[in-house]
Amino acid sequence: MESGCSKKLLDLIPQEKKWGFIENQNGISHGSSEEKKLELKLGPPGEEDEPLVSFGYFSSMKSNAKQAHNKFPPAQEDHRGGAVLTASWAKNHHHQPKPPNCSQKRTAPGPVVGWPPIRSFRKNLATTSKLASESPTSLPHKVAIERKPAAPETRGKGLFVKINMDGVPIGRKVDLKSYDSYEKLSTAVDELFRGLLAAQRDPSADGPKQEEEKVITGVLDGNGEYTLVYEDNEGDRMLVGDVPWHMFVSTVKRLRVLKSSELSVINLGSSKKGKMVQN
Amino acid sequence: MSEDDERQQYPPPDLEFASNKARNCNSTGSGSGHPEFQSTYPDQVLENVLENVLHFLTSRRDRNAASLVCKSWYRVEALTRSELFIGNCYAVSPGRATARFTRVKALHLKGKPRFADFNLMPPDWGAHFNPWALAMAKAYPWLEKVHLKRMSVTDDDLATLAELFLGFKELVLVCCDGFGTSGLGIFVNKCRQLKVLDLIESEVSDDETDWISCFPEGESNLESLIFDCVECHINFEALERLVARSPSLKKFKLNRYVSIGQLYRLMVRAPQLTHLGTGSFSPSDIVGQGDQEPDYVAAFAACRSLVCLSGFREIIPDYLPAIYPVCANLTSLNFSYANITAEQLKPIISKCHKLQTFWVLDSICDEGLQAVAATCKDLRELRVFPVDPREDSDGPVSEVGLQAISEGCRKLQSILYFCQRMTNAAVIAMSKNCPDLVVFRLCIMGRHRADPVTGEPMDDGFGAIVMNCKKLTRLAVSGLLTDKAFGYIGRHGKLVRTLSVAFAGDSDMALKYVLEGCPQLQKLEIRDSPFGDAALRSGLHHYYNMRFLWMSSCRLTRHGCQEIARAMPRLVVEVIRSADEEEMDDVVGTLYMYRSLEGPRTDAPKFVTIL
Repeated sequence: MESGCSKKLLDLIPQEKKWGFIENQNGISHGSSEEKKLELKLGPPGEEDEPLVSFGYFSSMKSNAKQAHNKFPPAQEDHRGGAVLTASWAKNHHHQPKPPNCSQKRTAPGPVVGWPPIRSFRKNLATTSKLASESPTSLPHKVAIERKPAAPETRGKGLFVKINMDGVPIGRKVDLKSYDSYEKLSTAVDELFRGLLAAQRDPSADGPKQEEEKVITGVLDGNGEYTLVYEDNEGDRMLVGDVPWHMFVSTVKRLRVLKSSELSVINLGSSKKGKMVQN
Repeated sequence: MSEDDERQQYPPPDLEFASNKARNCNSTGSGSGHPEFQSTYPDQVLENVLENVLHFLTSRRDRNAASLVCKSWYRVEALTRSELFIGNCYAVSPGRATARFTRVKALHLKGKPRFADFNLMPPDWGAHFNPWALAMAKAYPWLEKVHLKRMSVTDDDLATLAELFLGFKELVLVCCDGFGTSGLGIFVNKCRQLKVLDLIESEVSDDETDWISCFPEGESNLESLIFDCVECHINFEALERLVARSPSLKKFKLNRYVSIGQLYRLMVRAPQLTHLGTGSFSPSDIVGQGDQEPDYVAAFAACRSLVCLSGFREIIPDYLPAIYPVCANLTSLNFSYANITAEQLKPIISKCHKLQTFWVLDSICDEGLQAVAATCKDLRELRVFPVDPREDSDGPVSEVGLQAISEGCRKLQSILYFCQRMTNAAVIAMSKNCPDLVVFRLCIMGRHRADPVTGEPMDDGFGAIVMNCKKLTRLAVSGLLTDKAFGYIGRHGKLVRTLSVAFAGDSDMALKYVLEGCPQLQKLEIRDSPFGDAALRSGLHHYYNMRFLWMSSCRLTRHGCQEIARAMPRLVVEVIRSADEEEMDDVVGTLYMYRSLEGPRTDAPKFVTIL
C-alpha cells in the first residue's frame, strides 16, 4: 500500500473519534503548495494528520423524503477536509473493503449533511422545472397529484392516526400510544369531537362556550348514536373493540366515527375475519 | 438602577407642561382637575406622563433602555409594552414574561437556531409553543397577534389560539412544524376575526382536511392569506368563494397545486391585491393548441396595486409575458423557484425599474445578473439560489455576476449568493461599490475552495467587506479561509451581530479574534471548523451578551464545555448527541448554548445533555 493511503476514513469511524483530516493523496494538484499549508489541520504543521470525522443528523421522521443529499454513497475515495458521514451509515459500512487503489486524481468529496445550506423545499428544482421548460410548445405535464395514503405517523414515540367523524368536516389526530384501553380511546373521541359536533349543529353559536354539547357515548357497544370503526392494514373496515388492544394498535391505520344508523349499509371487514357482530 | 429615593416633592419644572397635558388627555391618572398639582401625587403624575410618552416607543431596543432607567420607568415600560419579542423561547419562561408584561397584544417568539433548518439538529429537540399558548391564554385573553419562527406548533395549539383568544387576528408561522391541515381547519373555522394567516416555509402535514372550506361563511376580514408552503391539494371552489367574500384581501400567496387557469379566476376576483404568489404558473390539464386560454395579460393588467410577485413554482416560461403589465410597479420579485434562462429573464427584468428585492435561481447565469445590474438601480436585496445545490456541479454564476451587480446596484444592502467559484477581486469590488451593505452572505459551495485565479484563500475578500462596509451587521463566510480572515473580522467587524462560519479557519486563534473583537456579536453559528476548548474560553466575557452560540463538528470536549457551564451559571450549555455517540463521550458533537433566566429546561429530549 502506498504511504499516502495509510489511513482510510472507513477504518477509523467506529473506533476513533479523533479529529483531524485525511491527507491529500500524492500528486494531487490543488493549486499552490501554499494552499496545502493552509488546509485544515489538527495541530501545528508537521504533525501527523488524522482523519476528520463529524456527525450529522438524519431527519428520518420528516415526511419530506426528497433529501437525496442524506443518502451518502460509500466514500471510496479519500478527500480533504471535512469528510462527513452520518453515524448510522458509518455503523453499517465499517466493514467495507479498502478501495483497491488510492486515487491519484482529485475526487469529488462525499456529500455532507446540511451543506450547502439550502432548505429542503428548495431542492430538486432541476427536475421539476426542467421538464416544464424543455417542452414549451408540446403539452405541459400534469401537476403531480399524489394523495398520501392514510398511514399512522410516529412522531417521536407517539402513534398518531387520523380520525374523522360523520358530519364534521374537520378531522383530528389521536396518539394511540397515550391510551391503553378502548375505554380511554372512547373518552378521547368524546373530547375531540363533542365541541365540533355541537358547532356543526348550531353554526351561529360562536361566543361563550355555553352551547348545548351532547356527550358522545356508546361508540364501542353499538348503543350510541355513533359507532367507532377503523381501517386496518389490509384496508378492511372493522368495528373497534373486538380484538385485544395491543393487536388493534398494531393493525389500525385510520379511525372513523360513523353514525350507527349507517352501519348496516357499510361493509364491515371481510368475512374471513368473522367479527361483525355488534355486542 | 436609581431608586425611588430620587423622588421629589414637586415634579421637576421641565415636566410641568407635560404633566398638565397628561391630565387633560384624561389618561389613567387621578386628575383632580385643578392646575396646581404640587400637592397631588407627583409620582403618579410622572407615571402618567411616562405612560403617555412610552406608548410612542415602539422599538424594543429603546424600550429595553427605558426600562433600565429606574424602577418606575421599568414598571411603566412594562405596562405599555404591547408587542413582546422573545428571540430565544428558552431564555425566559412564559410565566416570567407574563408576570412582567401585563398588557401584551402581540407576541413574537423564536425557537430553534437556524442550523436546525439544515438537518443539523435532530427532530423533537424542543421549542414547543404549547406552554406559551397556555400561559398567554391566562395572561392575555385579548391577544391579537402571534408570530413564531422555528417553533413546534401542534394542532391543539392552533385550536387553543382560535378558541381562547376571541379577538385573535394575526398568525404568522415561519419555518414551523408539528401541525397539519386539520389544525388549520379548526383554526380558521373558529377564529372569526382573522385578518392574517401567513404560513411561510413551514412544514404542514397533510391530514386530508379541506381546511379552506372551514373558513366561516359570510364576509371575511382576511387581509393576508399565505400558504405557498402547504404541500397538499386545496379545494379550489371553496378558495374562489373565499376570495369573493374577502374584499380586504391584499396579500395572497398560493401553493403549487393551483394552476395558472385557477390563478386567473382568482385574480379577476381580487384586482386589489398588492402581494401575489402565483402558485404553479402552469396549466393543470393538457391544453390543446386550439383551446381558449384566458387573457392572463388582462388579469395582471387589472392588478394596478401589485408590487410584490412570487410563486412560479412549476413555471412554463411561455406564460411569463403575462406579467409584463405589472413589472414597472414591482418592488419585489421572487423567481427562486423558476428555472429560467437569461434570455427568458431579460424581457421581464428590463421593465423592472423599481425593483428593490429580487430572489432568483442561478439558472439565469452571469448574463442574467448583468441584465439585472443594468436595469435595477434601486436594488436593495438580492438572493441567488442554486438550481443544483451540490458541491461539484457546474456553476452557472460566478465572480462575473457578482462584479456586475456591484457595479450596477450601488444601493445594495443585502446579498445572499450561492456559487461554485468566486474571486477575492470581485468581493473586494463589491465592498467598495456597495458601501451600504448590511448583510453579506456568500456561499461558495465547494468546501475550502480557494480563489481560482490567484490560488489564494478568500481572506482578503471578506476582509475588505468588513473593512469597507461600515454598516455590516450580518456576515456568512465560505471558501478557503485562514485565521487571517477572522483577524480582519475581529478588527473591523464592530457592528457584526450575526456570523455564520463553516469549514473555515486553522486554529483556535480564529475564534478568539472574533469573540474578543466583535462587541455586538449576538448569534454565532459555526460548523466543521477546528476550534477547541481554548477558543471557547476566550468568549467568557461576552457570552451573556449573546443570544446563542452554536458549534457543531468542531473540536470541543465535554470537559471544556463543562468549564464554561460552571463559570457561567446563567448560561444553558446543551450538548446534543448524534445517534451513535455515548452519553459519556468526551468529544462534543454539537454545542448549543444560550443565556437564560430559567436554568436548564425541563423539556429536553434524551439526546440533549445540559451541563
